Parts: sequence; structure tokens; C-alpha cells
Amino acid sequence: MRKRLASFRRTGLNIYRLGIKELRSLRSDPVLVFLIVYAFSWGIYEVATGVKFEVANASVAIIDEDHSPLSREIASALLPPYFKNAVTIDADKAGEALDKGHYTFVLDIPPHFERDLLSGHRPTLQLNVDATAMSMAGNGAGYIQSIVTREVSRALSTSGRETPAEADLIARALFNPNLDSVPFTSVMEVINNITLLSVILAGAALIREREHGTLEHLLVMPVTAVEIMSSKLWANGLVIVLAATLSLIFVVQGVLGVRTSGSLALFIAGALLYQFSVTALGILLATFTGSMAQYGLLVMPVLILMQLLSGSSTPLESMPAWLQNTMQLSPSTHFVAFSQAILYRGAGPSIVWPQLAVLAGIGATFFFVALARFRKAILRS
Amino acid sequence: MSEGPANPASATRVGALTHRYGDTTALDNVTLDIPAGCMAGLIGPDGVGKSTLLGLLAGVRRIQAGEVTVLGGDMRDPAHRSRCHTRIAYMPQGLGKNLYPTLSVKENLDFFGRLFGLCDSAREKRIAELLTATGLAPFPDRAVGALSGGMKQKLGLCCALIHDPDLLILDEPTTGVDPLSRRQFWELIDTIRARRPQMSVLVATAYMEEAERFDWLAAMDEGRVLATGTPGEVRKAAGKDSLEAAFIGLLPEEKRARHKPVHVPPRSGGGDEPAIEATNLTRRFGDFVAVDHVSFRIGRGEIFGFLGSNGCGKTTTMKMLTGLLPVSEGTAKLFGKPLNARDMTTRRRVGYMSQSFSLYEELTVRQNLELHAELFHLPADRRTARVSEMLESFDLKDDEHARPGDLPLGIRQRLQLAVAVIHDPEILILDEPTSGVDPIARDQFWQYLIDLSRKRGVTIFISTHFMNEAERCDRISLMHAGRVLAVGEPHALSAERGETTLEEAFVDYLREAAGLPEFEEDVAPEVDKLPGISDESALEPHRRFFSKRRLWAYARRETTELMRDPVRLSFALLGPLILLVTLGYGISFDVENIPYAAFDQDRSLESRTLLQGFEGSRYFEEMPEIGSADERYRRLKSGDITLAIEIPQGYGHDLLAGDAPEISLLVNGSNPFRAETALAYGEAIVAQYAEGLHAMQSLPRAADAPFSIETRFLFNQAFKSVFAIVPGAYMLLMMLIPSIMTAVGVVREKEMGSIANFRATPVTRLEFLLGKQLPYVALAFASFLTLLLMGLFLFRVPVTGSLTALLLGGALYVFASTAFGLVISSFVKSQIAALFATAIVAMTPTVNFSGMLTPVSSLDGASQYMGKLFPSSWFQQVSSGAVTKGLSFADLWQNHLALLAFCIVLLAVARVALRKQEK
Repeated sequence: MRKRLASFRRTGLNIYRLGIKELRSLRSDPVLVFLIVYAFSWGIYEVATGVKFEVANASVAIIDEDHSPLSREIASALLPPYFKNAVTIDADKAGEALDKGHYTFVLDIPPHFERDLLSGHRPTLQLNVDATAMSMAGNGAGYIQSIVTREVSRALSTSGRETPAEADLIARALFNPNLDSVPFTSVMEVINNITLLSVILAGAALIREREHGTLEHLLVMPVTAVEIMSSKLWANGLVIVLAATLSLIFVVQGVLGVRTSGSLALFIAGALLYQFSVTALGILLATFTGSMAQYGLLVMPVLILMQLLSGSSTPLESMPAWLQNTMQLSPSTHFVAFSQAILYRGAGPSIVWPQLAVLAGIGATFFFVALARFRKAILRS
Repeated sequence: MSEGPANPASATRVGALTHRYGDTTALDNVTLDIPAGCMAGLIGPDGVGKSTLLGLLAGVRRIQAGEVTVLGGDMRDPAHRSRCHTRIAYMPQGLGKNLYPTLSVKENLDFFGRLFGLCDSAREKRIAELLTATGLAPFPDRAVGALSGGMKQKLGLCCALIHDPDLLILDEPTTGVDPLSRRQFWELIDTIRARRPQMSVLVATAYMEEAERFDWLAAMDEGRVLATGTPGEVRKAAGKDSLEAAFIGLLPEEKRARHKPVHVPPRSGGGDEPAIEATNLTRRFGDFVAVDHVSFRIGRGEIFGFLGSNGCGKTTTMKMLTGLLPVSEGTAKLFGKPLNARDMTTRRRVGYMSQSFSLYEELTVRQNLELHAELFHLPADRRTARVSEMLESFDLKDDEHARPGDLPLGIRQRLQLAVAVIHDPEILILDEPTSGVDPIARDQFWQYLIDLSRKRGVTIFISTHFMNEAERCDRISLMHAGRVLAVGEPHALSAERGETTLEEAFVDYLREAAGLPEFEEDVAPEVDKLPGISDESALEPHRRFFSKRRLWAYARRETTELMRDPVRLSFALLGPLILLVTLGYGISFDVENIPYAAFDQDRSLESRTLLQGFEGSRYFEEMPEIGSADERYRRLKSGDITLAIEIPQGYGHDLLAGDAPEISLLVNGSNPFRAETALAYGEAIVAQYAEGLHAMQSLPRAADAPFSIETRFLFNQAFKSVFAIVPGAYMLLMMLIPSIMTAVGVVREKEMGSIANFRATPVTRLEFLLGKQLPYVALAFASFLTLLLMGLFLFRVPVTGSLTALLLGGALYVFASTAFGLVISSFVKSQIAALFATAIVAMTPTVNFSGMLTPVSSLDGASQYMGKLFPSSWFQQVSSGAVTKGLSFADLWQNHLALLAFCIVLLAVARVALRKQEK
């Protein structure tokens, strides 16, 4: 029993000391430190404020062939934050403007629109949409339609004509009432950066150690593969989860003013678990490659998939079933679901425990497969 | 062309030369005239500035202060330096460090031949001559990685000699090379010099016996010159018989005091129980038998020397004994117990030092020692004392806060030794521990080992190429080609062979084993077969600024390396295809199957009819009904449903009564895009239902809407995501994958040492970069074509616009993305940083600011600029324009111009970031 305890203590100490070594290595590479700071500060801010998946800042051009008060009112009713101020352009410029992507929507108000409307001749407006802008085209067109309808009915009512009242419908969005994308994008970008940094940091550090022979050297010392891997996990985990937490507090909540509803402590706990799984993935991937160049080529697709298909950019439900199932193997899918539940919807442990369990399971699987391959992969010359 | 030694055009001198690395002074106001046309040597302890001086003379280091004149010109003048590159050959420290391990012997030579502008026929001839002259002719196709150290060194020499240099600079060329190969190496140099007496040779060495044969010597210490002259003059100045003794004598008093002659007391008893025992130990790699039935017994406290030619299996044997390599056959016992790689107790009793440096370069000397002390669990109170003791014993005190990467080879070796013994092991397995270590430090180290053996009974298993070290061993074993040739006491072995020295005996054994004739004349390189390049027309005239041949040399080499790496090749080609499949299917803005649940508190016919609208919609997917307000909230919260429809009690009644009852749609807003779409669809269904209601019940119905809007979805009538995502994926993948391919390119050469070839040869920065880039441009473009085909046949996304515009845009784009990788690679210091920087810098503008997911016109100012400052947004225009929008070249040419500008600017930035000379 005593002997057992001593060996546990030794293992713990080894893991701790090797981890300190990892931290020292990291500190000695200023470029890496700078990149981590950059990724969790400016990198988050830039993406959160710059990227919108909802209809926001949509660029609209109006071909006003009517020149009536109503046509001007329609133009001025397209307001931020949904739309950029509408720009009036000539009819012959419309095609080119759409081709070059200068505008996503071009609304053509035909000559005599107001006159025809008031005299009951159902005039037709034409709305041209650049449908390559998938994230905006559909919903934006719907918005424009309802804005035009509103303006038209206002014009008709002031002119004494009534439009019928429709059935009452109250539509509310929970957890993010204004459907603002900053809370969404900023938090998702934090997650994306956790993924990217953990996978690259752990895997690449392993390959560097192998190329420089330091791992081989460790393996003749009284140090086990479990200890080497665990030390990488905690050291990198500490740095990245700390950076992510600071980023969440100071960048996301502070500078960007996002109000997250759930418990930060629970999020951090989940982040640690997630970081464990992606770091283990990084080590696992590294055991499959022989050089940094190979690792880079292997890791890039994995990162792209984990980032774009985790549900942090586009929803999982829109994917075909086989792909949804495949993405269940990726820890990022579960962590995104976990984070969304906690940070937006204030979910507690009773709701998110399945994701935590899955994360732990995936992480452990990666860890043990990597462990099984470790010695052989390290000593492969 | 017969310049005599006195010819000023070949003079090499330095004046008031000072060079610093941070706080360390490597050269301190050195003034030195090095005679030409002879063999000149630099000797001195480790880290006294020999390598720095050679680097400055070769033009690979930038001069900080002072003058350097080489071959009659000022090395600060770039034009002269450029001319010098064609006349100087520089072989850096480290066995075969500037060679390319996956290339064959001949391919390496071919590469250097092209770099120096040798035309095809001359190159062929020259390579054949050099291979014959160095005895490498039987192995032209062997990969350099599979060569032994001695062969690598010969090949390095061949590569250096390929352009018939006037000045040959060799930095510790024979460190780590076995005596036979070393002897052959110097014979080779002699014969070459005999052929070309005008060639000057400048060598730094740690072997004093080698220095004896030089025509002129400069002894250095601490960045200063102690003495110059012929070996005789140097010996005389110190009043000693041997150069080694003279060298020690010349050192300052304080250093000399540290040196004591090594004393080996006889070993007393204790030889009954072996500490290490190997029986028929065998290791195979495929068909190759690296260690062939080797048996030996090493007693406790014995110093057992392992000698043999390079690549004879010494290292493999040692690795098996440490458990690093599994044993193919036979047994090994440590302390009488069978070897078990996982036995931590045994590991704690063994100290091992590998041949190549294997400590942490990013930790300081002290930190490395501390880490090892900790990992061996030295008690905390003893740890600090032990670390200090090691710093003292191995003379590392002055460098305790330096990082090993900044230290010369000899000091790094000492650190490795200190690490190997820090935990007081009972067995020491040392693989060439003293290679590259200066004589004083070597003697100190040996005294230390002997004390360990004699006073503490530590068993020492050591391999070495130094014969004076071998003579200090209790027993030695001679190995060749995986077999043990002889085992015994050193004197007994030389006596057995009838030779006076152990070196003679050893060489004799090896010659016999290798089947070489005994007389040196017969193995001496065939002098007649190595004429200089007589025909001046064989050499391309010196082009300082641009030479296609040099560019091609790098491009060819990079291509060959790429072709030899099927893993990388297949990742590069298959990766994008797999990604296109998953992204094409995976990223979708077509919102379908939104999970929803009804909270129907009315349960009337009317409410059922309303809900039927949702059940029938392909956009929605029904989940079990909600029972309470609380449950509704909870299920939205857990993400089980995205939309909840609440129908209040009395809905049907109110509706029939003509009141407008409230229906509420609650959506999970955490993903705004999805929430927005779900609401829009939900509202449409409710509206439809209302309309149906009007019609069915002939409720007062409004006249037709007063106007209509005709919405046309341009470019993508079906409004399918795939038409937007596939061209976007082309853009995304052709940025991220090609840039990763080149990102490690330059920095890998920096880490591995082959960057020396770039520094020391006439190749310009642009040639180097383009040469490394072009193979990847070709590979990436091929990958782009496969993507287009997959887009067409799998996703049915045809190119509706100009194919020419798309292909041209693609070519420019992959050029720009590979150039971007090179920019990163030129800036950073490590491969990790390169991967990191590329992924972080490229990912955001490519994924978020390029217009793939969000139209560029909707990005806010800063993001739009960030997008515009990266090639991706421009190629996105070309890709979506030519593929989906049906645009012609005339509509898109501005984007092509922008991409071209990126190609030029990025390459220019990489060129500026890459330094031809080291600091």
C-alpha cells in the first residue's frame, strides 16, 4: 500500500515537472506566445464584430424609376442594423453591381409605382437577389418584402384605403432577443481558437520533441508515456483554458459587452474537458505522421472540419445524416452544443451532463489510442 | 591559374574582428593572416570562436565589426561575396548536416553541381570522378540517410569540391568519424591538394593528432589567438613535445590548472557478477541485420569500450540495452535480470547518453540539469547541491543560463554527460560522449568516469572514436558490420595484431573485415581521375542576380523530396478532396428539419389544423408535444427543440368568434441565422393558414394584395447552398492547404541545418524561394483541377462562366497562397511557430472575411479591409463569378490583377524576411 502510494506520488511529480518544462518551452518562443494572445484577443474581436450570419448590414441598391414620395420612403425605411443605407443606382448599373458583389439586393421600383398603387393597378416591384450570398439572400428578401408591405400599407392608410388585419402572431426569440450575432460569433470563435491552438500545440510539440530526440531521451528515464502525455495535457490545457477564460471575461463580456447567462465555472470545467479531448487528438494525429510537414497537412483538414462542421458556423441539422453521425465523433460538436446551452441559455449541469460525458468519453478514447501508439511512434526513426 | 601562396589575390586576413551573440563575445578583436595555398588549421577548446570565424570567412555570417578579406576582396562587399560563393566551399559542423537525407548520393551531388552552374555534361563527368576518387562509386543510388557517418562526410566533401573551389573551409569535418574513415578522409584531402596546389584549405578541429599534419596553425582561446605558426613552431613556443601538450601549455594559467593528466588506477576484483550481459543479441531492420549475434559480459565497475566503424551497430546495440529498441533475437540482462523496457527501477539505475544532442534546446543549461534531477527524484535537499556539483565538474558554470542551441557542440556534449550521470547511476551507457569535445574537457571527463568506476563501482559501457580514450578502457570490443571482431584488453589486442599502437591495430582489423588491401597506396583515391574543371565553358558564367539553373536546382530537389514522401503527397492531394465532399454536404444554409414542438393548450379543431401546417412542412420536424410552460422553456434550453409553438386556451373559440387570438412562436435565438430562418418559415406557415381560414370560412377577405414583389434569386435559381459553398470551398482549400505545404519549407531547413547551402552557395534569395515554391504551385494547381472535377461530377456544379478566367485565377491564387506560406516560413524560427502562424493568420480572413459565408459588402470596415488585404476575397470573386455567376474574363480581370499583385508583394516580403547571412 505504501509502495503504491509512493509510486503515485512519483507519477504525480513527474507529470507536474514535465508540465513545468512544457510551460518553459512555450515561454521561450515569443512568436507562439504572441500568437496565442493575438488569437484570444484581437482575433476574437475582429471576427465577432466583423462577421454576421444573420441579416445585418445587408447592402441594398435601389433603382428608383418612380421618384415618388413613396419610393423615397421605401428607400429610407431600409435601416440599420439590418440594412446598410440603400444606395440609389441607375438601371444599367444593376447587372454589373450584382456581378461584382457590390450589393446583395437590388430593388427595382418601376415608373409610376405610387400612382398605380393608389389607383389600384397592382404594380410589380422587382427584387434581384445575389443568391450566392446564401446567409442573407433568403431572409433578407423576406425582410425587404415585409418592409415594403409596411410602407405600402402606411401609404394606403394615409390615403384612406385600409388593408385587412391579419391573424395575430407573436414571435419571440429566447436567449438572444435581438438575434444579434456578436454573442454567437464571439463565443464560437473562442471555441474555434481553443481547438486550433490545442491540436497544433500538442501535436507539433510532440513531433518537434521526436525530431530533436528529446522524447527518446525521456523514454530511457524513469518516466512513462502516460506521464509524458499527461504533462502535455495539463500544461497546454492550463495555458489555453486560462487564455480562453480571460478572453471570455475581458474580450467577450468586457469589450464586446456580451451577456452570457450560464455559470462561467461550469463553462471552464467543460472547456478543460474539451481541451483534454482535442489535445489528446493532437497527440494521436502526431503519432500518425513522421514530420512537421506531414503533420501540417494532416491537421489542417481536421481543423477545418472541426471548425466548420461543429455547428459553430452552420447548424448541424442541415447536414445529411451520415455527416451528422460522423461529426458526433468530433469533440467540437459536443462542446459547441455544451457552450451554447450554458452561455446563451443558462443551462445547468443537469442539462449539459450528457455532453460532458461524451466529451470525457471521446477524450479518453483519443488518449488511450494515442498511448497505445506512443512508444512505437516515438521510436520509429 | 597557378597562384602561389604569396599571391595577394588569394590572401585571407581578418583585422580587428569582433563578434558577439547577445552578451557573449565569440571573437574579441582578432587580427590574423591566414596563409593561402596550404593547409591551415584552427585549434582550441569548445566555444572559443572557431566556428564563428570560419562562418565569417565563408560569408555565411554577417560581419559585426572589423575587416574580413577573403580571396583578395572585402567580404562586406556583396558583389565580392557573391563572387566568392563560387570560389569557396564551406562544410559546416555536424555529420552530413547540409546533405539531404532522402536524396541519393548522386542526387545530392547533382544538386550542388547545378547550384554552382555546372552544365549537364560537365556535371555528369565531375560526379563520376568525385565518386570514384572517394570510393563512393559503388553506392550512387543509396539514400544519404542510410549512409554511415564516414560516408556522409566523404559525400559532404564531394559536394564541397564539385565546383573546384579555391578555398575549402571545413568545420570539424572528422568529429564523430571512425579512425579508418578519418584516415581515408585526410588521404583524400591530401591527394586533392596534390592535384590542385593553389587550393587553400582551412580546418577547425578538436583532434590534435590531425592538427600535426597541418602546414600552419592558429591556436585560439576565448575569442583570441594564442599562437600561430607551423605545428613545430607552436610546439616550440610552448616548449612541449606533442601538440596536445603544447595546446594545454598555451592556455591561460587558470584553465591550465584544471587540467591534470588522466590517471587510471588498476581495477580491483569484483569481476564475478556481470552488470551487463548480452547473449547472441540481434537486431534486424527488414532484411538488414544491424546487430548480428553479439555477445559480451561486462563486469561491475568495468569500463568497457566499444569501437568500430560508423554504422557498424554500436548505437543499435546500446539502444537495445536501454530498451529503446526491441531485441529481434537473443537476450540481454542488466544486473542479472532480463531486460524489461518498462521497468522503472532499472531505468533509475542506468544513465544513457545518445549520440545526437537530445536535451531541451529551449531550456537553459541549469534548467535542463534541474529537470533531470527532478525526474530522477533526487531528494529536494540534495538536488541543488548536485546541480551545482555537475555545473562545476563539467565546467558549465559560465554557461548555466545559456540555452544549448546557442552553445557550441563541445559544451552541449558536456551538458549531456552531466545529465547522464546526475542521478548517480550504477550503469552508464555512453554513445560517443566525447565527440567534438576539446582535449582538456575530454580528460576531465575521463578522470570523472574513472573515479566513478574505481571508487563507486559504476559500470561504464562507452563507445568512442578516440584511440587514447580506448586505451584507458579495461577492455574493448571491436565491431564491424554488426559483428564483434575482437574483445580484450587494449594492449593485448594491439599485441595480437603485432602493431605498436591501438589505432594501427584497429585500422588493420577493419581493413581485413572490410576486405580492403593492406597497403594504403592501393586504397588511396585515384588521383589521376580527379582533374580540376579544365574546361572553363563547363561552368556557367557567374550570374550574380538570377540564374535559371540554380532555381531549377532547388525546384528539382524539392520535387524529388516531395516525391519521396508519399504520405505528404497523398495528404496534399486527397485532403482537399475529402474536405470538399464534407464541406459541400456539410455547410448548408438550407435550413431544413428544424426540430419543433407544439404546446397546444386549446386542443380544438382549429389548433390542430394550424399545427398540421407544420407537420407537413419539410422545413420542420415534429418532436413530442409540450405539456407545460416550464417544460417548453426547459426543452428550448437543452436544445432539444429550436421552435416552440404555443396555442392558448380558447384559441378555436376566439377565432370563430372573430377575435384575433394570439399564437406565439418561441425560438432559440442562440444561433441567429437559424432562428431568423425558423421564424420566417413559421410565420409563413401561420400566414398561409390564416389565408386558408379566410377562404374556407368565407370570413371577410381582403381584396388581393395591393401590389406584388417579384423576387429573383440570381445566379442560383434553385437557391441551393451547394452552388455557393462549392466555389467557396475551392477558395478556402486552395489557401489553407498550399500555404501549409510551404510554411514549413524554409524553417525546416533552418532547423535541420541544410540552410547552410543557401548561405554558402551563389544561390540568391529569390532563386531559393521560387525554387522551393514552384513544386508546390504545381501540386496545388493539380489539386485545384481535381477539385473542379469533383465539383462538376459529384456536386453537379458546372463552370458557367469563363473557364480560362477560373484556371488563370486558380494558378495566380495558388501561387499567392504558397508565397504566403513562404512569408511565414521566412519570418519564424521553428516549424511549430510556422504551422501555428499559418493556421491562425490564414484561417480568419479565409473563412470569415472572404465572402464565402458573409458577403464582403456586409462586413464592417475593418473586416472588409482585412479581407481585401488577403488574396482569398479576390479569388472568391473569381471562383463564384466564373463558377456560379457565369461571368466572363472581362468582368473579372481586376481580381486577377489584384491576385498578381499579391504574388509579387508576398514573394518580395518573403525575400526581405529571409536573410542570406546569419547574424
